[in-house]
Amino acid sequence: MFDVEKIRKDFPMIMNHPDLIYFDSAATSFKPRSVIDTVIDYYEHNNCNIHRGDYDISFAVSKRYDDTRKTIARFINAKRPEEIVYTYGATSSLNIVAINFAKKFLNKGDVILTSEVEHASDVLPWFKAAEQSGAIIKYVPFPKSGRFDLEAYEKCFENENVKIVALPHVSNVLGFIYPMKQIAAIAHKHGAYIAVDGAQAVPHIKMDVQDLDIDFLSFSSHKMLGPAGIGVLYGRYELLEQMDPVFYGGGSNARFYPDCSIILKNTPEKFEAGTPDIEGVLGLGKAIEYLEELGMDNVEEYGKQLAGYFISKLEKLDNVTVYNHGAEAGIVTFNVNGIFAQDAAGYFNKQGIAVRTGNHCAKMLDQIIGVNETIRASMYIYNTKDEIDRFVDVIKETTLEKCVDSIL
Amino acid sequence: MMDKEIKREIMLDHYNHPNNKQTVNDERYKSVHNASDSCIDDITVFMLAEDGKIKDVKFDGIGCTICTASTDIMCDLVTGKDLSEAKAIINEYYKMVDEKPFDEDALEEANAFDTLYQQANRIKCGTIGIRAIEDLINEYDK
Ligand SMILES: Cc1ncc(COP(=O)(O)O)c(C=O)c1O
Repeated sequence: MFDVEKIRKDFPMIMNHPDLIYFDSAATSFKPRSVIDTVIDYYEHNNCNIHRGDYDISFAVSKRYDDTRKTIARFINAKRPEEIVYTYGATSSLNIVAINFAKKFLNKGDVILTSEVEHASDVLPWFKAAEQSGAIIKYVPFPKSGRFDLEAYEKCFENENVKIVALPHVSNVLGFIYPMKQIAAIAHKHGAYIAVDGAQAVPHIKMDVQDLDIDFLSFSSHKMLGPAGIGVLYGRYELLEQMDPVFYGGGSNARFYPDCSIILKNTPEKFEAGTPDIEGVLGLGKAIEYLEELGMDNVEEYGKQLAGYFISKLEKLDNVTVYNHGAEAGIVTFNVNGIFAQDAAGYFNKQGIAVRTGNHCAKMLDQIIGVNETIRASMYIYNTKDEIDRFVDVIKETTLEKCVDSIL
Repeated sequence: MMDKEIKREIMLDHYNHPNNKQTVNDERYKSVHNASDSCIDDITVFMLAEDGKIKDVKFDGIGCTICTASTDIMCDLVTGKDLSEAKAIINEYYKMVDEKPFDEDALEEANAFDTLYQQANRIKCGTIGIRAIEDLINEYDK
């Protein structure tokens, strides 16, 4: 396992806010010094556009930009770097897949299988794909535990023409790791594709797209120590080849002619019209190196330990309800009994603790866990058991009066 | 400035025992729904006004302490008022949460929120119901 105290020193946000307990990494993570330095270095020493300049700096930065595809491919074990498309984040990756499916792969009456408990970015693009293609959205039933139910999932294929399964690998509200290898195998057995939202998974668990045998994987850099504004779409090469770009313009075409014909560049460049987030790509590469150095097995193990420790302490309190017993990916979802989540979070904020409340962009979740607002505490490699202890002490003492006092 | 103890009591009282929290199924009432996009607060306000005077205001929905108490208090404050008087009260309330000089006497129990401006992330909670009430007043004032 890694040395957390040493890790903390790498994060300027932690050094600059020594008393802040930041438990909102599922929204966005802090960035280590090495990532920040990489971005600054680009602006201070290597500012240029890529693939266009006939000069040394541009050539060198273009190479680093291209090489980062290899880093990412290695990180998720893609077969080849051409399967890595740079996007603006998980949401834009998910939209590229959904838009192409609507156009190319979906017909009237086909089924898009997703779940009611997921993030809006995972569901809304498919609502639109259904609207445009005449396909139908169906939801995998979830038990009250919020755990993925493989049997109920496989039943969804009976008598239905499921064309695509769109699910996250890790749920952003309950922090459960879904059994993606089995989910993908069942989808393929029934002739469906599988598009995985990895926004909460890639930062936390070792990802191997070949072993999982998934068709698409979308994720964001900013949740995994990298800069915001850059994300990744992994796609099986044959599928990416069949897909069209969503944006057209400079950088993605090889030639175009007065008769309006376009010769696009090859996959993945054909998807990347316009000047990309160059410093974001370089920063993401650095973030991946940081995570690789820690070892993703360790990162996963540590997230599980933190969530397990936190939940075991909360279970001992009689004023708290926990909604995700056994959560794995650093996410703990709970309420202080009798106190509206936002009131509790307002009090926590006064105590220097940053959490997120609400429905966490999963606006249909209440049908599963029976409440429509929760507190989500999400932890990452730089959080400590000591922070959890301090937080639990605050939770223990939380009363409605104190919550109200925090605005008086 | 209102005493802290009194403010706490007012807020908890209006949160735990709101005077005006109920759904109205009466065709004479107009209603406006207002929900926050960034939190859970989700409130519908029902208003009956006749001859330029507010006869009754009720609200229902899901809200935190600040949202529920502020809406309930404002319902109390504008009931029985002329539309223009009610508008003036709401304007004083907005000045207060905007940290501007305001007329304390106009706001009565709503003075409990006189330090809300210090919690930037909660100002929204304290204005969701109020905006719905304002919308209804404007609706009647057309
Ligand atoms: C599960 C899940 N999917 C998708 C997203 C969207 O990511 P982004 O906002 O970076 O596009 C998030 C972010 O909150 C998420 O948690």
